[in-house]
Amino acid sequence: MLNYDLVVVGGGPAGMAAALKAKEEGVEKIVILERAETLGGILEQCIHTGFGLHYFGEELSGPEYAGRFIAEVEKTDIDVYLDTMVLDVSKDNVVTAVNNKDGLIKIQAVAVVLAMGCRERPRGALSIAGSRPAGVMTAGTAQKYVNIDGYMPGKKVVILGSGDIGLIMARRMTLEGAEVKVVCELMPYSGGLKRNIVQCLDDFGIPLRLSCTVIATHGKDRLEGVTIANVDEHLKPIPGTEQYIECDTLLLSVGLIPENELSNGVGIELDRVTGGPTVDEYRETLHKGIFACGNVLQVHDLVDYVTEESKIAGKGAADYIFGKKQEGTYINTKGVNGVRYIVPQRVNIKNEEDVKLYFRVGQVYKGAKVVVECDGNILSSKKKVMLAPGEMENVTITPEMLKNMNENSEITVRIEE
Amino acid sequence: MKKNLICVSCPLGCPIEVEIENGEILSVAGNTCKRGDKYARDELTNPVRSLTTTVKLFDGNLPVVPVKSSKPVPKDKMFECMKLINEATIKAPVKIGDVVISDILGTGADIVVTNNDSGK
Repeated sequence: MLNYDLVVVGGGPAGMAAALKAKEEGVEKIVILERAETLGGILEQCIHTGFGLHYFGEELSGPEYAGRFIAEVEKTDIDVYLDTMVLDVSKDNVVTAVNNKDGLIKIQAVAVVLAMGCRERPRGALSIAGSRPAGVMTAGTAQKYVNIDGYMPGKKVVILGSGDIGLIMARRMTLEGAEVKVVCELMPYSGGLKRNIVQCLDDFGIPLRLSCTVIATHGKDRLEGVTIANVDEHLKPIPGTEQYIECDTLLLSVGLIPENELSNGVGIELDRVTGGPTVDEYRETLHKGIFACGNVLQVHDLVDYVTEESKIAGKGAADYIFGKKQEGTYINTKGVNGVRYIVPQRVNIKNEEDVKLYFRVGQVYKGAKVVVECDGNILSSKKKVMLAPGEMENVTITPEMLKNMNENSEITVRIEE
Repeated sequence: MKKNLICVSCPLGCPIEVEIENGEILSVAGNTCKRGDKYARDELTNPVRSLTTTVKLFDGNLPVVPVKSSKPVPKDKMFECMKLINEATIKAPVKIGDVVISDILGTGADIVVTNNDSGK
């Protein structure tokens, strides 16, 4: 059995930032376990720009953003196991992994940071009639084929879902010579950034059809076409609006799900809305010494915020390892009236630093107020020009606010129109 | 003549209406802030876009390497740029910042590598 102070599961932006922060805090023996053959995670295939505007103050591509952290990791004595799959994390923080070179590896960790990221919702999670022809894949899979493996998965494309990955792939496939016929979005609004709708669809004259979905695929060996239809306010297809579209490729960009199989294995409590573990302000889960950060905790829109969050987890893990993480009095945070969830889900009222509560709203609001309340007292109230489900928001809780709370307090965040 | 745009400066996405005669902008309306006005004027006089794609790589760990334009290129030259980039090849090892094509189509933008590949 190997011994490490900190085991980080996943070498994407979250895992690297957490490991680097813990190193900076003085943790000696750190190892990153990464399933792929390189560090960097999903950023390696996100070759478009737009990363790093908040964190580095410049616009980088995904590999460039990852490259800066990879270079930092290489400068330290952090051990990195590539091509290594973690199979299990036990209740006493023993991490079991496997790779081709070392076979089965068992590591006793003092602390563990979970940074496995998220996965795309697959076809199986949607009710689309039809057999299983080649040519139906998630947008991220197509992105890997084009940007990493260097080949085009198809020529005539329909995209279901207007999340940012779908929009980015509409442009990417078009630039490489494919014809993107339509992007269908089930909801009456797009989940993607305005900038992406303009620069990935409008620039190339690709139509975006809102309140529209794919109801059937056609073709047995290879996809030959899809049937799309408009949906009503209950998101049910409206009979009579069906339309056949010839295509050889259907890309799905219909949501991301935190990858928490390992967390489930340890018995870590998950938040039903985020799909990630419930954590305190240091991103520690209810299991002592196990932390979580990045998309495994909550799906982010900006990698810059992943880095920020992961540094908090890295600091938390370091404090835990050095026995500095104080026992505290934890109270719950709760999103109500338009606020779908809050991370962290609990806060130590003895905390002497500012705590940022991150949240998402359930619909688009213009000119609404974000109100933070505790025990009947309004802690803050701020008017926002715009709130949208696609943009993560945050409010700050100060130590002064926490001072007046007791173990029965609850902090709520709500939207007031 | 009236042209309609959606501002992409922030998530608000203001619908902007621009009045334009003979290439001269007479008025910009619908924007909430100054950034919208600037966006509309730039977009109608000189629309530019960052271009990112891949270049064929020989002797690398991967068959392609990602590249970007060092600065935005004119929007209407994107496909012409793509054609040149798809004809180009590069040999590993490559590192971030290596220039594949300099001053592509006289735009002043270089096509530069955005990932490292140490080669086989």
